[in-house]
Amino acid sequence: MTEPVSTGSSLTRRQAYERGQRRRGIVIASVSTIIAITAVVVLVPRAPRWNRVKKSFFDRELLMDSFPELLEAFWLDIQIFLWSTPLIFGLSLLVAVTRNSRSPALFPLRALAIVYTDVFRGVPVLLTIFLIGFGIPGLIDSRAWSNPLIWGTVALVLSYSAYVSEVFRAGIDSVHESQRAAARSLGMSPRQTLGSVILPQAMRRVVPPLMNSLVSLQKDVALVSLIGPVEILRRAEIQKSLAANFTPYVGAAIIFLALTIPCTRLADYLLHRERRRTGATAIA
Amino acid sequence: MTTPKLAIRGVHKSFGDTVVLRGVDLDVAAGEVITLIGASGSGKSTLLRCANLLEPIDDGEILLDGFDIAEPGLDPDPIRRRIGMIFQSFNLFPHMSVVDNVAIGPRKVLGVARTTAREDAREMLVRLGLEARVDAYPDQLSGGQQQRVAIARSLAMNPEVMLLDEITSALDPELVGEVLDVVRSLKRDGMTLLFATHEMAFARDISDRVCFLHEGAILESGPPSEVFENPSHERTRQFLDRVIDAGRL
Ligand SMILES: Nc1ncnc2c1ncn2[C@@H]1O[C@H](COP(=O)(O)OP(=O)(O)OP(=O)(O)O)[C@@H](O)[C@H]1O
Ligand SMILES: [Mg+2]
Repeated sequence: MTEPVSTGSSLTRRQAYERGQRRRGIVIASVSTIIAITAVVVLVPRAPRWNRVKKSFFDRELLMDSFPELLEAFWLDIQIFLWSTPLIFGLSLLVAVTRNSRSPALFPLRALAIVYTDVFRGVPVLLTIFLIGFGIPGLIDSRAWSNPLIWGTVALVLSYSAYVSEVFRAGIDSVHESQRAAARSLGMSPRQTLGSVILPQAMRRVVPPLMNSLVSLQKDVALVSLIGPVEILRRAEIQKSLAANFTPYVGAAIIFLALTIPCTRLADYLLHRERRRTGATAIA
Repeated sequence: MTTPKLAIRGVHKSFGDTVVLRGVDLDVAAGEVITLIGASGSGKSTLLRCANLLEPIDDGEILLDGFDIAEPGLDPDPIRRRIGMIFQSFNLFPHMSVVDNVAIGPRKVLGVARTTAREDAREMLVRLGLEARVDAYPDQLSGGQQQRVAIARSLAMNPEVMLLDEITSALDPELVGEVLDVVRSLKRDGMTLLFATHEMAFARDISDRVCFLHEGAILESGPPSEVFENPSHERTRQFLDRVIDAGRL
Protein backbone atom coordinates (compact mmCIF):
# COMPACT_ATOMS: atom_id res chain seq x y z
CA MET A 1 0.00 0.00 0.00
CA THR A 2 1.23 3.45 -0.79
CA GLU A 3 -1.17 5.13 1.68
CA PRO A 4 0.63 7.03 4.38
CA VAL A 5 0.96 4.63 7.26
CA SER A 6 2.26 6.90 9.98
CA THR A 7 -0.44 9.59 10.01
CA GLY A 8 -0.52 10.51 13.68
CA SER A 9 1.50 8.34 15.98
CA SER A 10 -1.69 7.29 17.85
CA LEU A 11 -2.93 5.05 14.99
CA THR A 12 -1.93 1.42 14.93
CA ARG A 13 -0.82 -0.02 11.61
CA ARG A 14 -4.11 -1.80 11.25
CA GLN A 15 -6.15 1.34 11.97
CA ALA A 16 -4.11 3.34 9.47
CA TYR A 17 -4.62 0.67 6.85
CA GLU A 18 -8.35 0.49 7.48
CA ARG A 19 -8.64 4.26 7.33
CA GLY A 20 -6.90 4.27 3.96
CA GLN A 21 -9.24 1.56 2.71
CA ARG A 22 -12.25 3.48 3.93
CA ARG A 23 -11.17 6.66 2.16
CA ARG A 24 -10.55 4.83 -1.06
CA GLY A 25 -13.98 3.22 -0.77
CA ILE A 26 -15.68 6.59 -0.28
CA VAL A 27 -13.93 8.09 -3.33
CA ILE A 28 -14.86 5.15 -5.57
CA ALA A 29 -18.47 5.17 -4.38
CA SER A 30 -18.82 8.94 -4.93
CA VAL A 31 -17.39 8.86 -8.43
CA SER A 32 -19.56 5.97 -9.55
CA THR A 33 -22.66 7.55 -8.02
CA ILE A 34 -22.05 10.81 -9.85
CA ILE A 35 -21.60 8.97 -13.13
CA ALA A 36 -24.82 7.02 -12.59
CA ILE A 37 -26.87 10.13 -11.72
CA THR A 38 -25.50 12.08 -14.68
CA ALA A 39 -26.39 9.23 -16.97
CA VAL A 40 -29.98 9.15 -15.72
CA VAL A 41 -30.41 12.94 -15.85
CA VAL A 42 -28.92 13.22 -19.33
CA LEU A 43 -30.35 10.09 -20.91
CA VAL A 44 -33.88 9.80 -19.55
CA PRO A 45 -35.17 13.13 -20.97
CA ARG A 46 -33.84 12.04 -24.35
CA ALA A 47 -35.86 8.89 -24.31
CA PRO A 48 -38.68 8.86 -26.90
CA ARG A 49 -42.00 10.07 -25.49
CA TRP A 50 -40.39 11.27 -22.25
CA ASN A 51 -42.56 14.35 -22.45
CA ARG A 52 -45.73 12.31 -22.46
CA VAL A 53 -44.54 10.23 -19.52
CA LYS A 54 -43.65 13.38 -17.66
CA LYS A 55 -46.99 14.96 -18.30
CA SER A 56 -49.16 12.03 -17.32
CA PHE A 57 -47.13 10.82 -14.31
CA PHE A 58 -45.19 13.79 -12.99
CA ASP A 59 -47.45 16.80 -13.43
CA ARG A 60 -46.11 19.09 -10.72
CA GLU A 61 -49.21 21.27 -10.38
CA LEU A 62 -51.59 18.35 -10.18
CA LEU A 63 -49.32 16.72 -7.64
CA MET A 64 -49.43 19.81 -5.43
CA ASP A 65 -53.21 20.06 -5.78
CA SER A 66 -53.93 16.44 -5.02
CA PHE A 67 -51.48 16.06 -2.15
CA PRO A 68 -53.57 17.51 0.72
CA GLU A 69 -56.56 15.31 -0.12
CA LEU A 70 -54.34 12.27 -0.46
CA LEU A 71 -52.73 12.93 2.89
CA GLU A 72 -56.13 13.30 4.48
CA ALA A 73 -57.25 9.99 2.99
CA PHE A 74 -54.02 8.39 4.19
CA TRP A 75 -55.07 9.05 7.76
CA LEU A 76 -57.67 6.31 7.31
CA ASP A 77 -54.95 3.89 6.22
CA ILE A 78 -52.98 4.77 9.31
CA GLN A 79 -56.02 4.23 11.50
CA ILE A 80 -56.69 0.80 10.04
CA PHE A 81 -53.02 0.00 10.50
CA LEU A 82 -53.08 1.12 14.11
CA TRP A 83 -56.16 -0.96 14.97
CA SER A 84 -54.91 -4.04 13.17
CA THR A 85 -51.40 -4.17 14.58
CA PRO A 86 -52.22 -4.98 18.23
CA LEU A 87 -54.96 -7.39 17.12
CA ILE A 88 -52.52 -9.17 14.83
CA PHE A 89 -49.92 -9.46 17.60
CA GLY A 90 -52.45 -10.79 20.07
CA LEU A 91 -54.03 -13.32 17.73
CA SER A 92 -50.79 -14.57 16.21
CA LEU A 93 -49.14 -15.00 19.60
CA LEU A 94 -52.16 -16.96 20.76
CA VAL A 95 -52.03 -19.16 17.65
CA ALA A 96 -48.28 -19.71 17.99
CA VAL A 97 -48.50 -20.67 21.65
CA THR A 98 -51.46 -22.94 20.99
CA ARG A 99 -49.64 -24.73 18.20
CA ASN A 100 -46.61 -25.25 20.41
CA SER A 101 -48.61 -26.59 23.35
CA ARG A 102 -48.62 -30.29 24.08
CA SER A 103 -51.54 -30.70 26.43
CA PRO A 104 -54.07 -33.21 25.04
CA ALA A 105 -56.94 -31.03 26.32
CA LEU A 106 -55.88 -28.40 23.82
CA PHE A 107 -55.96 -30.79 20.88
CA PRO A 108 -59.09 -29.28 19.25
CA LEU A 109 -57.64 -25.79 19.54
CA ARG A 110 -54.32 -26.98 18.17
CA ALA A 111 -56.06 -28.57 15.18
CA LEU A 112 -58.07 -25.42 14.65
CA ALA A 113 -54.90 -23.32 14.77
CA ILE A 114 -53.25 -25.51 12.14
CA VAL A 115 -56.25 -25.36 9.81
CA TYR A 116 -56.46 -21.61 10.33
CA THR A 117 -52.81 -20.91 9.46
CA ASP A 118 -52.87 -23.24 6.48
CA VAL A 119 -56.02 -21.69 5.05
CA PHE A 120 -55.23 -18.04 5.58
CA ARG A 121 -51.64 -18.32 4.46
CA GLY A 122 -52.80 -20.09 1.33
CA VAL A 123 -55.44 -17.57 0.22
CA PRO A 124 -54.37 -14.22 -1.29
CA VAL A 125 -54.97 -11.32 1.08
CA LEU A 126 -57.13 -9.62 -1.52
CA LEU A 127 -59.40 -12.64 -1.84
CA THR A 128 -59.79 -12.84 1.93
CA ILE A 129 -60.77 -9.18 1.97
CA PHE A 130 -63.38 -9.77 -0.73
CA LEU A 131 -64.79 -12.88 0.93
CA ILE A 132 -65.06 -11.41 4.38
CA GLY A 133 -65.70 -7.81 3.39
CA PHE A 134 -68.53 -8.56 0.99
CA GLY A 135 -69.65 -11.88 2.43
CA ILE A 136 -70.18 -11.27 6.12
CA PRO A 137 -72.10 -7.96 5.93
CA GLY A 138 -74.54 -9.81 3.67
CA LEU A 139 -75.22 -12.28 6.46
CA ILE A 140 -75.78 -9.69 9.14
CA ASP A 141 -78.87 -7.49 9.29
CA SER A 142 -77.49 -4.96 11.73
CA ARG A 143 -76.56 -1.65 10.07
CA ALA A 144 -73.87 -0.90 12.62
CA TRP A 145 -72.05 -4.13 11.76
CA SER A 146 -72.19 -3.82 8.01
CA ASN A 147 -69.42 -1.25 7.82
CA PRO A 148 -66.85 -2.50 5.30
CA LEU A 149 -64.11 -0.89 7.38
CA ILE A 150 -64.75 -3.36 10.18
CA TRP A 151 -64.75 -6.42 7.94
CA GLY A 152 -61.81 -5.22 5.89
CA THR A 153 -59.84 -4.87 9.08
CA VAL A 154 -60.97 -8.30 10.26
CA ALA A 155 -59.80 -9.78 6.95
CA LEU A 156 -56.41 -8.11 7.23
CA VAL A 157 -56.01 -9.26 10.84
CA LEU A 158 -56.91 -12.86 9.96
CA SER A 159 -54.60 -12.93 6.95
CA TYR A 160 -51.65 -11.34 8.67
CA SER A 161 -51.98 -13.25 11.92
CA ALA A 162 -51.56 -16.47 9.98
CA TYR A 163 -48.18 -15.26 8.71
CA VAL A 164 -47.08 -13.57 11.90
CA SER A 165 -47.93 -16.60 14.02
CA GLU A 166 -45.36 -18.53 11.98
CA VAL A 167 -42.82 -15.84 12.79
CA PHE A 168 -43.57 -16.20 16.48
CA ARG A 169 -43.39 -19.96 16.22
CA ALA A 170 -39.98 -19.79 14.61
CA GLY A 171 -38.89 -17.46 17.40
CA ILE A 172 -40.11 -19.85 20.08
CA ASP A 173 -38.40 -22.77 18.36
CA SER A 174 -35.15 -20.83 18.14
CA VAL A 175 -34.80 -20.76 21.93
CA HIS A 176 -32.56 -23.70 22.74
CA GLU A 177 -34.07 -26.71 24.48
CA SER A 178 -31.53 -26.35 27.30
CA GLN A 179 -33.26 -23.16 28.43
CA ARG A 180 -36.45 -25.09 28.94
CA ALA A 181 -34.55 -27.81 30.81
CA ALA A 182 -32.94 -25.22 33.09
CA ALA A 183 -36.28 -23.60 33.90
CA ARG A 184 -38.10 -26.89 34.44
CA SER A 185 -35.30 -28.20 36.65
CA LEU A 186 -35.93 -25.26 38.99
CA GLY A 187 -39.48 -26.54 39.33
CA MET A 188 -41.09 -23.99 37.04
CA SER A 189 -44.31 -25.16 35.37
CA PRO A 190 -44.60 -25.30 31.57
CA ARG A 191 -46.60 -22.09 31.64
CA GLN A 192 -44.09 -20.26 33.84
CA THR A 193 -41.26 -21.52 31.65
CA LEU A 194 -42.98 -20.17 28.56
CA GLY A 195 -43.82 -16.82 30.09
CA SER A 196 -40.61 -16.04 31.95
CA VAL A 197 -37.95 -17.83 29.95
CA ILE A 198 -38.98 -18.81 26.43
CA LEU A 199 -41.19 -15.95 25.21
CA PRO A 200 -38.98 -13.07 26.41
CA GLN A 201 -36.07 -14.54 24.47
CA ALA A 202 -38.19 -15.40 21.44
CA MET A 203 -39.65 -11.87 21.31
CA ARG A 204 -36.26 -10.26 20.96
CA ARG A 205 -35.36 -12.47 18.06
CA VAL A 206 -38.56 -11.89 16.14
CA VAL A 207 -38.47 -8.11 16.25
CA PRO A 208 -36.74 -7.75 12.84
CA PRO A 209 -39.03 -10.15 10.89
CA LEU A 210 -42.00 -8.64 12.70
CA MET A 211 -40.97 -5.20 11.50
CA ASN A 212 -40.91 -6.53 7.96
CA SER A 213 -44.43 -7.85 8.33
CA LEU A 214 -45.55 -4.46 9.60
CA VAL A 215 -44.06 -2.77 6.54
CA SER A 216 -46.06 -5.14 4.33
CA LEU A 217 -49.15 -4.42 6.36
CA GLN A 218 -48.71 -0.68 5.87
CA LYS A 219 -49.03 -1.28 2.15
CA ASP A 220 -51.71 -3.94 2.22
CA VAL A 221 -54.02 -1.71 4.22
CA ALA A 222 -54.72 -0.02 0.87
CA LEU A 223 -56.38 -3.23 -0.35
CA VAL A 224 -59.30 -2.51 1.97
CA SER A 225 -60.23 0.29 -0.46
CA LEU A 226 -61.42 -2.37 -2.88
CA ILE A 227 -64.45 -3.11 -0.73
CA GLY A 228 -65.45 0.54 -0.35
CA PRO A 229 -63.70 2.78 2.15
CA VAL A 230 -62.18 5.87 0.60
CA GLU A 231 -58.64 5.68 1.78
CA ILE A 232 -55.62 6.94 -0.10
CA LEU A 233 -55.62 4.46 -2.97
CA ARG A 234 -59.31 5.04 -3.64
CA ARG A 235 -58.87 8.80 -3.35
CA ALA A 236 -55.97 8.69 -5.83
CA GLU A 237 -58.09 6.67 -8.22
CA ILE A 238 -60.91 9.23 -8.05
CA GLN A 239 -58.48 12.05 -8.66
CA LYS A 240 -56.91 10.17 -11.51
CA SER A 241 -60.27 9.78 -13.20
CA LEU A 242 -61.15 13.43 -12.73
CA ALA A 243 -57.86 14.71 -14.10
CA ALA A 244 -57.32 11.91 -16.60
CA ASN A 245 -53.77 11.79 -15.36
CA PHE A 246 -51.72 9.30 -13.32
CA THR A 247 -49.93 11.83 -11.16
CA PRO A 248 -52.19 11.24 -8.10
CA TYR A 249 -51.00 7.62 -8.07
CA VAL A 250 -47.43 8.84 -7.95
CA GLY A 251 -48.41 11.16 -5.12
CA ALA A 252 -49.89 8.21 -3.21
CA ALA A 253 -46.73 6.19 -3.85
CA ILE A 254 -44.61 9.02 -2.45
CA ILE A 255 -46.73 9.13 0.69
CA PHE A 256 -46.40 5.36 1.17
CA LEU A 257 -42.67 5.50 0.65
CA ALA A 258 -42.31 8.29 3.20
CA LEU A 259 -43.66 5.85 5.76
CA THR A 260 -42.34 2.49 4.58
CA ILE A 261 -38.75 3.42 3.76
CA PRO A 262 -37.88 4.61 7.28
CA CYS A 263 -39.55 1.50 8.67
CA THR A 264 -37.61 -0.76 6.32
CA ARG A 265 -34.36 0.91 7.31
CA LEU A 266 -35.24 0.51 10.98
CA ALA A 267 -36.04 -3.17 10.44
CA ASP A 268 -32.66 -3.67 8.74
CA TYR A 269 -30.87 -1.88 11.52
CA LEU A 270 -32.59 -4.00 14.18
CA LEU A 271 -31.79 -7.15 12.24
CA HIS A 272 -28.11 -6.28 12.09
CA ARG A 273 -28.01 -5.38 15.73
CA GLU A 274 -29.64 -8.68 16.64
CA ARG A 275 -27.16 -10.58 14.44
CA ARG A 276 -24.26 -8.88 16.14
CA ARG A 277 -25.69 -9.50 19.57
CA THR A 278 -26.42 -13.19 19.08
CA GLY A 279 -23.19 -13.67 17.16
CA ALA A 280 -21.30 -12.34 20.14
CA THR A 281 -23.09 -14.50 22.69
CA ALA A 282 -22.81 -17.63 20.57
CA ILE A 283 -19.03 -17.42 20.84
CA ALA A 284 -18.97 -16.76 24.59
CA MET B 1 -31.44 -49.22 57.98
CA THR B 2 -32.10 -45.67 56.86
CA THR B 3 -33.82 -44.88 53.59
CA PRO B 4 -31.40 -43.42 51.06
CA LYS B 5 -32.01 -39.82 50.03
CA LEU B 6 -32.10 -40.85 46.40
CA ALA B 7 -32.37 -44.39 45.15
CA ILE B 8 -32.16 -45.41 41.53
CA ARG B 9 -33.49 -48.93 41.03
CA GLY B 10 -33.28 -50.90 37.82
CA VAL B 11 -33.60 -47.87 35.59
CA HIS B 12 -33.89 -48.53 31.87
CA LYS B 13 -33.87 -45.84 29.22
CA SER B 14 -33.71 -45.97 25.42
CA PHE B 15 -33.87 -43.32 22.76
CA GLY B 16 -35.56 -45.08 19.87
CA ASP B 17 -33.34 -48.06 19.14
CA THR B 18 -30.43 -46.75 21.21
CA VAL B 19 -30.46 -48.41 24.60
CA VAL B 20 -28.68 -46.00 26.94
CA LEU B 21 -29.43 -47.23 30.46
CA ARG B 22 -29.91 -50.96 30.99
CA GLY B 23 -30.74 -51.43 34.65
CA VAL B 24 -28.91 -48.85 36.71
CA ASP B 25 -28.96 -49.33 40.50
CA LEU B 26 -27.57 -46.64 42.74
CA ASP B 27 -28.29 -45.49 46.29
CA VAL B 28 -27.25 -42.05 47.47
CA ALA B 29 -27.42 -41.53 51.24
CA ALA B 30 -28.19 -38.11 52.67
CA GLY B 31 -25.04 -36.00 52.73
CA GLU B 32 -23.17 -38.45 50.54
CA VAL B 33 -21.07 -37.34 47.58
CA ILE B 34 -21.06 -39.77 44.68
CA THR B 35 -19.18 -39.26 41.45
CA LEU B 36 -20.20 -40.92 38.22
CA ILE B 37 -17.34 -41.69 35.88
CA GLY B 38 -17.39 -43.41 32.55
CA ALA B 39 -16.56 -42.98 28.91
CA SER B 40 -18.27 -40.43 26.74
CA GLY B 41 -21.64 -41.82 25.71
CA SER B 42 -21.85 -44.22 28.65
CA GLY B 43 -25.05 -42.53 29.81
CA LYS B 44 -23.96 -40.24 32.67
CA SER B 45 -25.94 -37.24 31.46
CA THR B 46 -28.93 -39.39 30.64
CA LEU B 47 -28.95 -40.88 34.14
CA LEU B 48 -28.85 -37.43 35.75
CA ARG B 49 -31.56 -36.08 33.45
CA CYS B 50 -33.73 -39.06 34.32
CA ALA B 51 -33.15 -38.48 38.02
CA ASN B 52 -34.35 -34.91 37.54
CA LEU B 53 -37.37 -36.14 35.55
CA LEU B 54 -36.22 -34.23 32.49
CA GLU B 55 -36.39 -37.55 30.64
CA PRO B 56 -39.06 -40.16 31.36
CA ILE B 57 -37.59 -43.55 32.19
CA ASP B 58 -38.80 -46.70 30.46
CA ASP B 59 -38.60 -48.99 33.46
CA GLY B 60 -37.45 -49.03 37.07
CA GLU B 61 -37.91 -46.71 40.02
CA ILE B 62 -36.39 -43.49 41.24
CA LEU B 63 -37.04 -42.99 44.94
CA LEU B 64 -36.65 -39.68 46.72
CA ASP B 65 -36.84 -40.31 50.46
CA GLY B 66 -38.38 -43.67 49.58
CA PHE B 67 -41.15 -42.17 47.44
CA ASP B 68 -41.23 -43.18 43.78
CA ILE B 69 -40.95 -39.98 41.78
CA ALA B 70 -40.74 -41.73 38.40
CA GLU B 71 -44.31 -42.92 38.69
CA PRO B 72 -45.89 -42.08 35.34
CA GLY B 73 -48.54 -39.39 35.62
CA LEU B 74 -47.03 -37.73 38.68
CA ASP B 75 -46.73 -33.93 38.54
CA PRO B 76 -42.96 -33.44 38.22
CA ASP B 77 -42.81 -29.77 39.23
CA PRO B 78 -43.05 -30.10 43.03
CA ILE B 79 -40.41 -32.85 42.87
CA ARG B 80 -37.98 -30.98 40.66
CA ARG B 81 -37.83 -28.06 43.04
CA ARG B 82 -36.36 -30.43 45.64
CA ILE B 83 -33.65 -31.61 43.24
CA GLY B 84 -31.13 -29.12 41.88
CA MET B 85 -29.41 -29.66 38.56
CA ILE B 86 -26.33 -27.96 37.17
CA PHE B 87 -25.54 -28.33 33.49
CA GLN B 88 -22.31 -28.50 31.55
CA SER B 89 -23.33 -25.48 29.47
CA PHE B 90 -24.53 -23.36 32.46
CA ASN B 91 -27.89 -22.57 30.77
CA LEU B 92 -28.29 -19.23 32.50
CA PHE B 93 -31.20 -17.12 31.31
CA PRO B 94 -29.48 -14.61 29.00
CA HIS B 95 -32.24 -12.00 29.20
CA MET B 96 -32.01 -11.60 32.97
CA SER B 97 -29.37 -10.06 35.17
CA VAL B 98 -27.38 -12.34 37.44
CA VAL B 99 -29.45 -11.47 40.50
CA ASP B 100 -32.70 -12.12 38.61
CA ASN B 101 -31.39 -15.45 37.37
CA VAL B 102 -30.98 -16.47 40.99
CA ALA B 103 -34.23 -14.87 42.19
CA ILE B 104 -36.52 -16.21 39.47
CA GLY B 105 -36.91 -19.72 40.93
CA PRO B 106 -37.99 -18.63 44.42
CA ARG B 107 -40.20 -15.91 42.93
CA LYS B 108 -42.05 -18.06 40.43
CA VAL B 109 -42.02 -21.44 42.09
CA LEU B 110 -42.07 -20.65 45.80
CA GLY B 111 -44.03 -17.41 45.49
CA VAL B 112 -41.44 -15.34 47.35
CA ALA B 113 -41.95 -11.57 46.91
CA ARG B 114 -39.69 -9.94 44.35
CA THR B 115 -37.71 -7.76 46.76
CA THR B 116 -37.20 -10.57 49.26
CA ALA B 117 -36.16 -12.98 46.52
CA ARG B 118 -33.64 -10.49 45.18
CA GLU B 119 -32.21 -9.82 48.63
CA ASP B 120 -31.80 -13.54 49.24
CA ALA B 121 -30.26 -13.91 45.80
CA ARG B 122 -27.73 -11.19 46.56
CA GLU B 123 -26.80 -12.93 49.79
CA MET B 124 -26.35 -16.21 47.96
CA LEU B 125 -24.18 -14.53 45.33
CA VAL B 126 -22.02 -12.92 47.99
CA ARG B 127 -21.48 -16.35 49.51
CA LEU B 128 -20.21 -17.58 46.14
CA GLY B 129 -17.89 -14.59 45.72
CA LEU B 130 -19.95 -12.93 43.00
CA GLU B 131 -20.99 -9.73 44.79
CA ALA B 132 -19.30 -7.57 42.15
CA ARG B 133 -21.34 -9.11 39.31
CA VAL B 134 -24.89 -9.18 40.66
CA ASP B 135 -26.20 -6.66 38.13
CA ALA B 136 -24.25 -7.97 35.14
CA TYR B 137 -25.81 -10.11 32.41
CA PRO B 138 -24.65 -13.69 31.84
CA ASP B 139 -22.80 -12.92 28.60
CA GLN B 140 -20.64 -10.40 30.46
CA LEU B 141 -19.29 -13.08 32.80
CA SER B 142 -16.46 -15.58 32.50
CA GLY B 143 -17.42 -19.24 32.18
CA GLY B 144 -16.40 -19.90 35.78
CA GLN B 145 -18.53 -17.03 37.01
CA GLN B 146 -21.48 -18.21 34.91
CA GLN B 147 -21.25 -21.67 36.36
CA ARG B 148 -21.12 -20.27 39.89
CA VAL B 149 -24.24 -18.23 39.13
CA ALA B 150 -25.92 -21.41 37.89
CA ILE B 151 -25.03 -23.08 41.18
CA ALA B 152 -26.41 -20.09 43.09
CA ARG B 153 -29.60 -20.26 41.03
CA SER B 154 -30.05 -23.89 41.97
CA LEU B 155 -29.11 -23.35 45.64
CA ALA B 156 -31.68 -20.57 45.91
CA MET B 157 -34.36 -23.25 45.69
CA ASN B 158 -32.88 -24.96 48.73
CA PRO B 159 -32.62 -28.37 47.05
CA GLU B 160 -32.21 -31.59 49.01
CA VAL B 161 -30.07 -33.24 46.35
CA MET B 162 -27.94 -31.72 43.62
CA LEU B 163 -27.13 -33.34 40.30
CA LEU B 164 -24.01 -31.97 38.65
CA ASP B 165 -23.39 -32.88 35.02
CA GLU B 166 -19.77 -32.28 34.04
CA ILE B 167 -20.03 -28.78 35.34
CA THR B 168 -16.41 -27.92 34.55
CA SER B 169 -16.12 -29.47 31.08
CA ALA B 170 -16.93 -26.26 29.24
CA LEU B 171 -14.45 -24.20 31.26
CA ASP B 172 -10.92 -23.04 30.54
CA PRO B 173 -8.52 -24.98 32.78
CA GLU B 174 -7.70 -21.96 34.92
CA LEU B 175 -11.40 -21.47 35.74
CA VAL B 176 -12.08 -25.04 36.83
CA GLY B 177 -10.69 -24.47 40.33
CA GLU B 178 -13.13 -21.75 41.34
CA VAL B 179 -16.11 -23.94 40.45
CA LEU B 180 -14.70 -27.02 42.16
CA ASP B 181 -14.12 -24.93 45.29
CA VAL B 182 -17.85 -24.26 45.35
CA VAL B 183 -18.55 -27.98 45.08
CA ARG B 184 -16.21 -28.54 48.03
CA SER B 185 -18.12 -26.01 50.09
CA LEU B 186 -21.40 -27.75 49.17
CA LYS B 187 -19.99 -30.98 50.54
CA ARG B 188 -18.85 -29.21 53.69
CA ASP B 189 -22.41 -27.93 54.17
CA GLY B 190 -23.68 -31.50 54.00
CA MET B 191 -25.35 -31.37 50.56
CA THR B 192 -26.15 -34.66 48.89
CA LEU B 193 -24.34 -34.68 45.55
CA LEU B 194 -24.44 -36.86 42.48
CA PHE B 195 -21.68 -35.64 40.25
CA ALA B 196 -20.80 -36.77 36.72
CA THR B 197 -17.27 -35.68 35.92
CA HIS B 198 -14.10 -36.20 33.92
CA GLU B 199 -12.02 -34.49 36.64
CA MET B 200 -10.61 -37.66 38.12
CA ALA B 201 -8.23 -36.00 40.60
CA PHE B 202 -11.12 -34.05 42.03
CA ALA B 203 -13.39 -37.09 42.04
CA ARG B 204 -10.83 -39.00 44.03
CA ASP B 205 -10.46 -36.11 46.43
CA ILE B 206 -14.10 -35.31 47.15
CA SER B 207 -16.13 -38.49 46.65
CA ASP B 208 -17.43 -40.79 49.31
CA ARG B 209 -18.08 -43.26 46.54
CA VAL B 210 -17.16 -43.51 42.86
CA CYS B 211 -19.40 -45.31 40.37
CA PHE B 212 -18.09 -46.45 37.02
CA LEU B 213 -20.80 -46.44 34.38
CA HIS B 214 -20.19 -48.75 31.46
CA GLU B 215 -22.58 -49.46 28.62
CA GLY B 216 -25.58 -48.25 30.53
CA ALA B 217 -25.00 -50.00 33.84
CA ILE B 218 -22.90 -49.42 36.93
CA LEU B 219 -20.06 -51.87 36.55
CA GLU B 220 -18.15 -50.99 39.65
CA SER B 221 -18.65 -48.79 42.66
CA GLY B 222 -16.74 -48.17 45.87
CA PRO B 223 -14.58 -45.71 47.79
CA PRO B 224 -12.27 -43.72 45.50
CA SER B 225 -9.13 -45.36 46.83
CA GLU B 226 -10.48 -48.76 45.83
CA VAL B 227 -11.89 -47.85 42.43
CA PHE B 228 -8.95 -45.73 41.35
CA GLU B 229 -6.10 -47.78 42.76
CA ASN B 230 -7.40 -51.28 42.66
CA PRO B 231 -10.32 -51.60 40.27
CA SER B 232 -11.81 -55.07 40.22
CA HIS B 233 -12.97 -54.95 36.60
CA GLU B 234 -10.80 -55.04 33.54
CA ARG B 235 -13.07 -52.40 31.89
CA THR B 236 -12.58 -49.96 34.74
CA ARG B 237 -8.84 -50.45 34.54
CA GLN B 238 -8.85 -49.78 30.78
CA PHE B 239 -10.93 -46.65 31.23
CA LEU B 240 -8.65 -45.31 33.96
CA ASP B 241 -5.55 -46.11 31.89
CA ARG B 242 -6.97 -44.13 29.03
CA VAL B 243 -7.74 -41.25 31.36
CA ILE B 244 -4.21 -41.37 32.77
CA ASP B 245 -2.81 -41.32 29.25
CA ALA B 246 -4.87 -38.23 28.59
CA GLY B 247 -3.22 -36.66 31.63
CA ARG B 248 -6.33 -36.25 33.70
CA LEU B 249 -5.30 -38.22 36.77
N1 LIG C 1 -32.16 -36.98 23.34
C1 LIG C 1 -31.47 -38.02 22.83
N2 LIG C 1 -31.89 -38.64 21.73
C2 LIG C 1 -31.23 -39.68 21.21
N3 LIG C 1 -30.10 -40.19 21.74
C3 LIG C 1 -29.62 -39.63 22.85
C4 LIG C 1 -30.27 -38.50 23.46
N4 LIG C 1 -29.56 -38.13 24.54
C5 LIG C 1 -28.53 -38.98 24.61
N5 LIG C 1 -28.54 -39.88 23.60
C6 LIG C 1 -27.58 -40.97 23.39
O1 LIG C 1 -27.42 -41.62 24.61
C7 LIG C 1 -26.07 -42.03 24.79
C8 LIG C 1 -25.56 -41.57 26.14
O2 LIG C 1 -25.50 -40.15 26.14
P1 LIG C 1 -25.10 -39.34 27.43
O3 LIG C 1 -25.14 -37.91 27.04
O4 LIG C 1 -25.93 -39.74 28.57
O5 LIG C 1 -23.62 -39.79 27.67
P2 LIG C 1 -22.54 -39.21 28.68
O6 LIG C 1 -22.04 -40.33 29.47
O7 LIG C 1 -23.11 -38.06 29.41
O8 LIG C 1 -21.41 -38.73 27.70
P3 LIG C 1 -20.44 -37.46 27.82
O9 LIG C 1 -19.34 -37.86 28.72
O10 LIG C 1 -19.97 -37.27 26.41
O11 LIG C 1 -21.26 -36.32 28.30
C9 LIG C 1 -25.30 -41.49 23.62
O12 LIG C 1 -25.10 -42.53 22.71
C10 LIG C 1 -26.22 -40.45 23.02
O13 LIG C 1 -26.05 -40.40 21.64
MG1 LIG D 1 -22.75 -35.98 29.38
